[in-house]
Amino acid sequence: MATHNIKHALFSAIITLIISAPILGLDLESAGTELKLTGASTSTLVSIVLAAIVVFLFQTFRDSIMGALGQMPKLNRFADREPMPQEKRLKLENIFLIVLVAGALLWPFIASRGSVDLATLVLIYVMLALGLNVVVGLAGLLDLGYVAFYAVGAYTFALLSQYFGVSFWVALPTGALIAALFGFLLGFPVLRLRGDYLAIVTLGFGEIIRILLNNWTSLTGGPNGIGGIPDPTLFGMEFGRRVKEEGNISFHDFFGIAYDSTHKIIFLYLIALVLALVTFLIIRRLMKMPVGRSWEALREDEIAARSLGLSRTGVKLSAFTIGAFFAGFAGTVFASKQGFISPESFVFLESAIILAIVVLGGMGSQFGVILAAVAVTVLPELAREFSEYRMLIFGAAMVLMMVWRPQGLMPMRRIHIILKKQE
Amino acid sequence: MLLLEDIHTHYGKIEALHGVSVEVKKGEIVSLIGANGAGKTTLLMTVCGSPQATSGRVVLEGRDITRDKTSDIMRSGIAIVPEGRRVFPGLTVEENLHMGGFFNTKAEIRKSQQHVYGLFPRLKEREHQRAGTMSGGEQQMLAIGRALMTKPRMIILDEPSLGLAPLIIKQIFEIIGHLREEGITVFLVEQNAHQALHLADRGYVLENGLIRLQDTGANLLANPDVQNAYLGG
Repeated sequence: MATHNIKHALFSAIITLIISAPILGLDLESAGTELKLTGASTSTLVSIVLAAIVVFLFQTFRDSIMGALGQMPKLNRFADREPMPQEKRLKLENIFLIVLVAGALLWPFIASRGSVDLATLVLIYVMLALGLNVVVGLAGLLDLGYVAFYAVGAYTFALLSQYFGVSFWVALPTGALIAALFGFLLGFPVLRLRGDYLAIVTLGFGEIIRILLNNWTSLTGGPNGIGGIPDPTLFGMEFGRRVKEEGNISFHDFFGIAYDSTHKIIFLYLIALVLALVTFLIIRRLMKMPVGRSWEALREDEIAARSLGLSRTGVKLSAFTIGAFFAGFAGTVFASKQGFISPESFVFLESAIILAIVVLGGMGSQFGVILAAVAVTVLPELAREFSEYRMLIFGAAMVLMMVWRPQGLMPMRRIHIILKKQE
Repeated sequence: MLLLEDIHTHYGKIEALHGVSVEVKKGEIVSLIGANGAGKTTLLMTVCGSPQATSGRVVLEGRDITRDKTSDIMRSGIAIVPEGRRVFPGLTVEENLHMGGFFNTKAEIRKSQQHVYGLFPRLKEREHQRAGTMSGGEQQMLAIGRALMTKPRMIILDEPSLGLAPLIIKQIFEIIGHLREEGITVFLVEQNAHQALHLADRGYVLENGLIRLQDTGANLLANPDVQNAYLGG
């Protein structure tokens, strides 16, 4: 064992002590109107020291431990296998997609009300992540303010319904189009930017939208948000117990069945499912079209792409606009699902989570992104007991993923274009 | 074919080209040689409109393109093989070529693809390999092939010999000579002065943003100043 290792381990252990001792080892107690600083219990102090020792041991034997872990991926027998031929893979993907959709269709009729509601949220995240995947995964433009377009979609619906009584079905395309317009507008100032600079500008944009919504009280209600957003209707049939609008009839009256509040939840779920599927299919189509290839070319090498006559402006704007469009879609569904929105739903953390989904899933890979969206949304719900440590676990999971599988859960397999050979 | 008249180009406040005039006639190979930092790449980029010249004119086939957008220039019958090859590493050889034919019809792509495979049989062998995994020479061939996919009447090559083995350089220059026979005008920018002038009909020597010398390739090769400065005495 090299002294270098021990030195490094000692350093790490001291850092652990420095970080954890003041945070865990000191307690603030309120004594009357004042705060008193007291030492923590002995068991806490012992565990801090133990943690430092563990860090020290791990760092000392780091090479051999990591080496042993390096052998682990053998558990994953699929890791090293030859990639299967493209045709077979596409066929398998289609079968997988059909099974997935069939399962998702059956889901609301077997699962509980709560889990259907959660599944709707998952589908909203799937839409968001698929949209962001276009911008980040395909075009390679790091967007940290994606939640802004989500907010634009949600607020478009909320405002239109509040001021003009517009229904969900009209607001859905409108919200998406207005979000796309915002994407287009944001595209212009950031055309010249790349990498870090682009990330900072988009981050700022996300904050601007949120702060605007928060402060434009006369229009958006500020932090109070907007409530009473209508539920979607099915050909004019409402899902409430009583009909809200003149001339409409309710779903349960029409079919002569008893009123059940789960009808609405299932209906919303099915809408989200259809929209997520539409998003998936449209983007998959786009990926095979010239515009999809131009995104990839720009991501791979901007100078080369420009040398072939591709317009940087057009390619970047199209990626931003299309990404924003699907965020607007998701926003409208979200507003309808919640019935109430406020700027608090559109904080930076949301952008970060959507980006995390894309990175976890494997940039550019649609199935990977769907898988990651499910994982990131469902796991915190399952681990409710640890809800205080949610972000801690989330962060740790990200670090582990980047160490073991930096390319994501299901790395993107590019669809190679093959022209039909000349006879 | 291509005419540059008294071009001045700035990067911010710094002037990189101080009034350069170059002419490339149809069917010629013209070489531009110069040391590092002389402004060779700047000159090429000015032709492509990125950055645009602050004064002077760039005329392509009788049409003033000085103020045109890069994307329009690159679609008007001129192609550039950028310095350092710049193939799309994650795309296969075939896909790289198809990106070159982005604005052409499928039938045209198929035809030019066959043509490129004819020029570079090696690319045909590597058709479905990712470009990033190929050797430098192969990538250079791919970069030239990709530029040819745009069906250019004129091709600009920026240091095609950069970092390649002498044998590969020889092959690349043979191909460049072959392009001339096909009627493609070639504007070649090189540090490898010997090879470049040997092949060229005419040559220019660029120094500190100014054209110092211009003559036929053979005359420049024989010129004692050029020999001293660029051919190692």
